[in-house]
Amino acid sequence: MRFLYAPAAILALAGFAIVALPPVAAAQISDVPQQRIDGLSTDYREAGEFLSGNMPVNAPVVTFSPEVPFFVMRRQVTRGEYGACVSAGACRALDTAGEPDLPATGISFEDANTYAAWLSRRTGEVWRLPSDREWRLFAGTRAVDDAFQEGSPDNPAERWLSRYDEEARRREPEEARAQPVGTFGENEHGLLDLSGNVWEWTSTCYARSRIDPATGQIARHDNCGVRIAEGAHRAYLTSFIRDPKSGACSVGRPPTNLGMRLVREEKGFLSGVRSFFGL
Amino acid sequence: MITRRNALLGAASAATAALMVSGPARAAGSATSGLAAASPAGDLPRIKGELVTPPHVMAHDQVAKGGPRIVEFKMVVEEKKVVVDDQGTEFQAMTYNGSMPGPTMVVHEGDYLELTLVNPETNTMPHNIDFHASTGALGGGALTLINPGEQTVLRFKAFRPGVFIYHCAPTGMVPWHVVSGMSGTVMVLPRDGLKDGEGKPLHYDRVYTIGEFDLYIPKDADGNYMTYDSPGESYSDTLDVMRGLIPTHVVFNGKVGALTGESAMPAKVGETVLFIHSCANRDSRPHLIGGHGDWVWETGKFANAPQKDQETWFVRGGSAAAAIYTFRQPGIYAYVNHNLIEAAELGATGHVKVEGDWNDDLMTQVSAPGPIVG
Repeated sequence: MRFLYAPAAILALAGFAIVALPPVAAAQISDVPQQRIDGLSTDYREAGEFLSGNMPVNAPVVTFSPEVPFFVMRRQVTRGEYGACVSAGACRALDTAGEPDLPATGISFEDANTYAAWLSRRTGEVWRLPSDREWRLFAGTRAVDDAFQEGSPDNPAERWLSRYDEEARRREPEEARAQPVGTFGENEHGLLDLSGNVWEWTSTCYARSRIDPATGQIARHDNCGVRIAEGAHRAYLTSFIRDPKSGACSVGRPPTNLGMRLVREEKGFLSGVRSFFGL
Repeated sequence: MITRRNALLGAASAATAALMVSGPARAAGSATSGLAAASPAGDLPRIKGELVTPPHVMAHDQVAKGGPRIVEFKMVVEEKKVVVDDQGTEFQAMTYNGSMPGPTMVVHEGDYLELTLVNPETNTMPHNIDFHASTGALGGGALTLINPGEQTVLRFKAFRPGVFIYHCAPTGMVPWHVVSGMSGTVMVLPRDGLKDGEGKPLHYDRVYTIGEFDLYIPKDADGNYMTYDSPGESYSDTLDVMRGLIPTHVVFNGKVGALTGESAMPAKVGETVLFIHSCANRDSRPHLIGGHGDWVWETGKFANAPQKDQETWFVRGGSAAAAIYTFRQPGIYAYVNHNLIEAAELGATGHVKVEGDWNDDLMTQVSAPGPIVG
């Protein structure tokens, strides 16, 4: 993985090729239609918090092009599909009832991993959550850059206020209830409902990186109790949270709903472990 | 002199008129109608109060100019369906002037507050108003009960300075009307303005009025909130939830997020802000995260000396409190009910957006979060 530090403003996506495969028989893998992601490359703004000295700064942008192709579900996992895992005794029941065709919501990171493990056992394939990089790669134009206006070192409140205003202005789905598959349309890679009102868990951990202003050296500290959920904005959430809330001292806007979309590794590639860590 | 207002009151039902005979508005010698022919307020100058939607408060003088006046207000009761949270939960609200809380009416000590209350034909319920600032007739409730298609006018003398609740109180349905949204605040300012305990004047640059509401919205068997087509249809299910005394929502100004994001309350460093906090039904404990109450009238009554340097104050259900704070540091302040479960899980959070220069002397980040050393 090369780290190319690019200007923050533009996150251009260079797509080369994408091959849509017909749905594969249920007996083999999942019924879920999938897209093969191959030969794509994206400018990726690193996740987590970056400090230059004591001062919060924007995360650097790197180029991400996965070494091996993978498959991604065209749509989010539905309540019905998740329910099959519950019926099998492997997954924890959801907190609320709803139509089986709707996207499964009220899903924690733990729930999502349990489901992926069960689906992998049932299908003999390797299903897992995408890393944040993979998500931003296939989300394409649906991924939202979270660069912020860096404030002055003399007044931390400038940054808080500009970020607050930006969040307040942000156009996010007003409808909170999960919507039928396809409601939020298709992106340029044929994937449905990205950045609609259901955020999708990724496997990427929250990290705080301190850049030494003198040497440029980065010291990184990970907290894998907090994972990234992607959607209309990049969200950092404790892994057992099913229903995110704001309020009291938390001034940010939380994701509307939490759900998942899994990726499947192509057989024959020994990429599983590496991809799991988002590298 | 029989005014048009008095004539309208005279057309009220026999039962209401009977109550009015013993009411405070009765003037000596007018036994036939029970209505004041020569009110002591009659000759005072009249002005119209221009009400605005909370959290804003009508324009007013902090120190009265001239003598007592009759301040006329008009409020229209509006029954309507509102959305109370970011999950799209619908609620059958009953409101004064369409907002929760109703608008804040400001008068000065010794003024007369004269309200025209209208219950349009399109409503389904009888309504009235009980002013905690007033004296007699159940706070005016016994003189103001109006059916859809009726209006009434009530005048009372505001001789106790303070912030006071007003709320709807129709017989047999009082708590339901109150937790459906029908409350607001009257602020009766001392004629010479607010004072600290030693007679020194206190001024404010801005004022925000916050009404805290406990809502009790029924759920179906699947745990989803139920919706109803009219207040009446929601009544019995709502009453069941109310009797459990555990609200489904605790919100400022009618819904989760009514005072956050683009609706956050702006202020500037160096500005002094008066926060009025009303709780018509249930107790609260407001706290300004990152700030204080410089001067707090916890029970809301200005003839008492304000308390200094408060961290959290208590608002008794059925009262309003007033707190003054001068912002000294920029940033986002959360104004919460410091039962933080109610603030974070049930909705009782607002934000104040304060611009200005950072004061390093008051606070400095000596070292940003990093690896543990030494």
